[in-house]
Amino acid sequence: MATTAPTSVKPAQRLPGETSSFPLLVLLAGWLIPGAGHLLVGKWVRALLIFLSILGMYVIGIAAAGKIYTPNTGDILDILGFVGQLGTGLLYVIARVFSLGASSAVNTLADYGTKAIVVAGLLNIIAAVDAHSLANGRKASF
Amino acid sequence: MLTHFSAMLLFAFFVSIVFGITQRAEPKMMVRFGAYCFVLFVGSVVAMSWIMWAIKH
Repeated sequence: MATTAPTSVKPAQRLPGETSSFPLLVLLAGWLIPGAGHLLVGKWVRALLIFLSILGMYVIGIAAAGKIYTPNTGDILDILGFVGQLGTGLLYVIARVFSLGASSAVNTLADYGTKAIVVAGLLNIIAAVDAHSLANGRKASF
Repeated sequence: MLTHFSAMLLFAFFVSIVFGITQRAEPKMMVRFGAYCFVLFVGSVVAMSWIMWAIKH
């Protein structure tokens, strides 16, 4: 039985193997500024939702006096936490520059805050990779 | 001031939004998957809370 292809689906924009720096730019922008990658590929609603979600989790973490990890403590868990929080991109830099958050989690809520910042970073990495997939045509664009 | 429950609700809400957007391609499916994740997050917390209450009592 003959079927018709959906008309709203945009095919991959580039041929496999074709090189372009645009997907890499999208990945980098998405990492540095939450949602910027989706904005570059024209998905501004998704960009706004991602920005608000990740910023919201980051603000909750800071407001709960969550710990901001540093890379040089030598503790493997601290290094993992640092890598996770580094995923927030410029938000992590802002936290370090303006001494936001805390140097240690002193109560249960602060521990939740620490985890919220780490998860915000990990989600931002997922979002940046998603934008990269949209830019290189690996993910269908609706 | 956030309570543990309100912190969990906000966490589930924000994570579900990002999961919905990144794990599905079609907008309608994004909303559906995001809602599914949110229900699973909150439902799991409520279930685990009752289990812990039952263990304690």
